[in-house]
Amino acid sequence: MREEIISEQAAGASAGDAIWVENLTRTFGDLRAVDSITFSVPSGELFGLLGPNGAGKTTTLNMLSTLLKPTSGRALVAGYDVSRHRDRVRQSIGIVFQEPALDGKLTGRENLEFHAMMYGLDRDTRRRRIEEVLALVELTDKAKVLAEKYSGGMKRRLEIARGLVHRPRVMFLDEPTLGLDTQTRRHIWDYIKKLNRETGVTIILTTHYMEEADYLCHRIAIMDQGRFVAQDTPSNLKDLLGGDVVSLEFENRAEEMLAAAQKLDWIKKAKQHDGCLSLTMERGERRIPELISLAQGMGITVTCVLLRKPSLEDVFLHFTGRTIREQEASLAERHRGHPHGRPGRGR
Amino acid sequence: MIHWTAVAVMWLREMKRFLRARSRIVGALAMPLFFLAFMGLGFNRMAVPGLAGGAAGGAAAGTHSLSYLRFLVPGIIGMSMLFTSTFAGLSVLWDREFGFLKEIMVAPVSRVSLVLGRIAGGTTTTLIQGLLLLSVSIVLGFRPGSWAGLVPAVLFMFLIAVTFIGLGLVFASNMKDMQGFSIIMNFIMFPLLFLSGALYPMKNLPVWLRPLSYADPLTYGIDGMRATLLGVSMFSAALNLAVLAGFSLLMVVLGAYFFEHSESV
Repeated sequence: MREEIISEQAAGASAGDAIWVENLTRTFGDLRAVDSITFSVPSGELFGLLGPNGAGKTTTLNMLSTLLKPTSGRALVAGYDVSRHRDRVRQSIGIVFQEPALDGKLTGRENLEFHAMMYGLDRDTRRRRIEEVLALVELTDKAKVLAEKYSGGMKRRLEIARGLVHRPRVMFLDEPTLGLDTQTRRHIWDYIKKLNRETGVTIILTTHYMEEADYLCHRIAIMDQGRFVAQDTPSNLKDLLGGDVVSLEFENRAEEMLAAAQKLDWIKKAKQHDGCLSLTMERGERRIPELISLAQGMGITVTCVLLRKPSLEDVFLHFTGRTIREQEASLAERHRGHPHGRPGRGR
Repeated sequence: MIHWTAVAVMWLREMKRFLRARSRIVGALAMPLFFLAFMGLGFNRMAVPGLAGGAAGGAAAGTHSLSYLRFLVPGIIGMSMLFTSTFAGLSVLWDREFGFLKEIMVAPVSRVSLVLGRIAGGTTTTLIQGLLLLSVSIVLGFRPGSWAGLVPAVLFMFLIAVTFIGLGLVFASNMKDMQGFSIIMNFIMFPLLFLSGALYPMKNLPVWLRPLSYADPLTYGIDGMRATLLGVSMFSAALNLAVLAGFSLLMVVLGAYFFEHSESV
């Protein structure tokens, strides 16, 4: 009886959602790798899980893709429960794992062929789709080469192509650009954007690169020690910090300018050091002209203007009190202290 | 539920990998042939007691004496198949190592289909190697007691392959990585080989070891091959066949069970 009510509520909550998760938890021994997270992702969204290594991102993905059983909580993917309808979930998702998961002794095309057959596509559909995805990731002319001969970026592209062959509703990308050089990373980013735009597939990606989450994702959840500490759009998250910092340098009379600035209601913080003012506000780029004309009206000459947008790094710092890198260092310490934990798998 | 396409795809993948690893085939043949050549020639002039078999083979043994070299051929085929098929089962660990296991595990097909596909693939490659070894032996001068005996001998080879792939799967499903590999090699595979009577008549072993030999599936596989190829054996071909078939079924079920319940990441 109780079970029925719960599942009805779940169905109601998940209408139109590609992902719906409630209090999802996974423990390894006494380590709570994922600690009661709740979120949902509407269809067609590009959603990012951002956090340091060991935050629980991969464990979350492994539960959503049915590779790990949740300790408690519920998760629906494409409307199907990950614990009860594993095959339905598997049919609806595509995954690119953190480490390459290709058979190096098969060619690029054979890897795709293997996948397409596993997902029950008939011969004609297979041939058509494989051509399609190979073209999308620009590997058509390398299709006959053994996968073990591919470069890191090509492997990642082949895996993205493979994840798409069966037209999943939801695509999981686990650290899609980890270990790739800057140029290749840009390339992969463009594929991911194109993919989301052109096919409308919902994409969930994990990353510990701030700029990646910022550049790609419509919405982000910041994850730390198995918990969500914040979730919103990148720009809203950054606005939470009080907005942009505009620094102005004057030839003279900076004190008068400070006094004038403090009277403006849209300025949240104003500080003077030497001949410079640092002003905190929202949407700084729109306020700069106003500030300059204000100064000119008072006969003050502006010599330099600097606009600094808060980065997600600042956001992470704000919510956890430390930078991502510090957090990773301390996690490494913790894992050294607990040889029985599973640092390698608990990501 | 069994997804036959998935079984076929797993089999096909194994075939492609096998055909591309020519050196692996040569290596897998060279080792048993060296064994056969050096042990066979080295011990051939010696009088090894008990070659002519026990109860069932007694009558046949009376009519013609059996050289050690001929005695050794089915044993070496069994030995090589023991190793090849167990490794085929353990190949799950290689897939885990190279990440491909996740791709397999996340596919929308039942685990039983994956197990059957792997067994089908491994059995085919192991059987090909066993048949190649038998053919080379024949080319080099090995003569079976009757050519008709080849057919049931192949059946025994098939069952040996299935049994030990199942065993390999049981190990692989309970191991996280290749760490335990040498333990399995030293404490499982070699005892299985030596207890089976592949290289010498099993009944030359001390009596207290005999229960262990009877518990070794390979004993029946090799004795079955000797019964069909040489007409000399401890047990009748039918008994060997029944026991080995039972073992192979048990191992497939156990392998499927443990694979089904193994964590995939």
